[in-house]
Amino acid sequence: MERPLKNPYLPYPVRIDKIVTETEDRNLKTFRFVFQKPEDENKFSYIPGQFAELSIAGKGESPIGIASSPTEKGHVTFTVNKVGLVTTHLHNMKEGDVMGIRGPLGNWYPWKEMEGKNIVIIGGGFAFTTLRSSIVYMLHPDNRDKFKDISVVYGARNPGMLLYKDELAEWEQRDDINMHITVDGTDDPDWKYNTGFVPTITEQKITNADNAIAIVCGPPIMIKFTQPVLEKVGFSPERIILSLEMRMKCGIGMCGRCNIGHKFVCKDGPVFSLAQLKNMPPEY
Amino acid sequence: MTKKIYTKKEWIKTLAGLKSSYNIFVPVRDGDFHTFEAMDDKKNPDFNFKNTRLSPKSLIYPQSERLFEYTLNENDPDANIIKQSKKDYFPQAIVGIRPCDAHAFQIVRPNFDNPEYQDPWWVQRYNSTTFVGLGCNNPDSTCFCTSVGGGPFSEKGLDALLYDLGDKFLVKALTDKGETFLNQAKGGKEADEAALKASEGLAASALDKIRNKVSTDKLKDKVQTELFDAPFWDEVAFACINCGTCTYLCPTCWCFDIQDEVFKKQGDRIRNWDSCMFPLFTLHGSGHNPRARKVQRVRQRFMHKLKYYVDRYNNGVQCSGCGRCIRNCPVNIDIRQVCELMNGFSHKNQ
Repeated sequence: MERPLKNPYLPYPVRIDKIVTETEDRNLKTFRFVFQKPEDENKFSYIPGQFAELSIAGKGESPIGIASSPTEKGHVTFTVNKVGLVTTHLHNMKEGDVMGIRGPLGNWYPWKEMEGKNIVIIGGGFAFTTLRSSIVYMLHPDNRDKFKDISVVYGARNPGMLLYKDELAEWEQRDDINMHITVDGTDDPDWKYNTGFVPTITEQKITNADNAIAIVCGPPIMIKFTQPVLEKVGFSPERIILSLEMRMKCGIGMCGRCNIGHKFVCKDGPVFSLAQLKNMPPEY
Repeated sequence: MTKKIYTKKEWIKTLAGLKSSYNIFVPVRDGDFHTFEAMDDKKNPDFNFKNTRLSPKSLIYPQSERLFEYTLNENDPDANIIKQSKKDYFPQAIVGIRPCDAHAFQIVRPNFDNPEYQDPWWVQRYNSTTFVGLGCNNPDSTCFCTSVGGGPFSEKGLDALLYDLGDKFLVKALTDKGETFLNQAKGGKEADEAALKASEGLAASALDKIRNKVSTDKLKDKVQTELFDAPFWDEVAFACINCGTCTYLCPTCWCFDIQDEVFKKQGDRIRNWDSCMFPLFTLHGSGHNPRARKVQRVRQRFMHKLKYYVDRYNNGVQCSGCGRCIRNCPVNIDIRQVCELMNGFSHKNQ
């Protein structure tokens, strides 16, 4: 017979190496995984913007964006919102537990096109995960020179709901990235950053679209109101990049549920430009 | 390529003799209907049927299939590690498959077997299968295979083709796989000129009997978003009760779900057929559902078959014209009419 086929449904066994509770409502945790077989780490070679299926025996799988950067070796991380069967079970697991990850899946942010450009990153709530991956990737000494100015607008409901607080504070100190952290509202007297919704802060801080690409990830309502702000500044739909979410099972374009028109969010996405989305049925 | 003649009795005996080389599936009468079953001593093949109620889709792509297994027993060093279930891909032959149903596997193929990913279970079972078709002397009133790239004696997706000549079968090998099958088939005799002539006559008269003509020629040129917003979807979906019968009967519907099932400490990861007719199909964990409404799901089914598939694969429509969804829809939704609406739709006239 022919050689055995590679099985794209088979997860790599991994061990939970570290769990960090990110937000004050304890609904978001970051899981750091180490591959049980060291050679699997090379096979799981990914690019910022991609996702993977977190696979738990007896529970099922959940598609989650990769929060670590390929420049961070030895592990891979995911920040997971507790929502359904799989993610609730995951939130109850402990460091040392064994499970699976399957991927990397999907496309990625347009890194080739982004080289030599000003990069604007706009994130809201817990959709900051693959944006964190992208920021860490761009700030790495091997990559920083490939990009011009990097500006980040990141908002959450209140200070306790921000992800990656230590890293945000560290990036605030750097002079090679312009951070604009914001919260919808807070009564914390020590809050030293912005207050206001992401579209408003974007309007104030992002005033130049010259030679720039914007990546936007967040809840639909944030995207809806940020999009006209960016277009007003001069971002054409080709230069506004979005990452979508859909219910998925296979992650490889076969099971049929995550399509928008003839495109699959799992295989042709999750990253689409606004120009692409304007030519697709608005069914997402 | 081999061309042989068998009396019908002899053909059934010949098939029985092939059982050491193939798992043989044949049409068997089951009440008012026919169904494909593994040939054994208790079940008599019956080649006298219009078409089976269910297509033989499940012989390549089972309705439920165990993909992986695992133990949750923490004392086992492999606890929680997901492993592939052992599979047996012994050669199988589907004998008596109608040309539309064989064509359907060709339509489905790019979904499971493409340059980026190969579904190992679908591909291996497809590769281990020999398709021996049975041409349709008397197509049904709902058949429209000729409108979608097939025909009552179409050879698409077939390895061999049977012609029902009354008391005899003429069987022609069409591929190497079919040749291998017929070389192992005992008995029969070389087809003579008269039989070949008769088979050509059958094929021609069958073509004449298909009166349905469905237009699909303009689908490719339509703008997807315009067709999506066409005004007829509410009316098309009005009577639909979202029962999903159309999707389960359809030989070209391939959507599936993956579920974990656990008994005590042993677990399986199982694939089951799913249906775009059900709201759970697309329900997000957040509660958001891009296809929450019936009309959105009905539109998805027809747009997928008649527009999205066309745009993605440039391989015609995702329909083999078997007519099962038309015959079995409890509210008489007819894909031929919907196809005409879509093909004739003009955005400017609205």
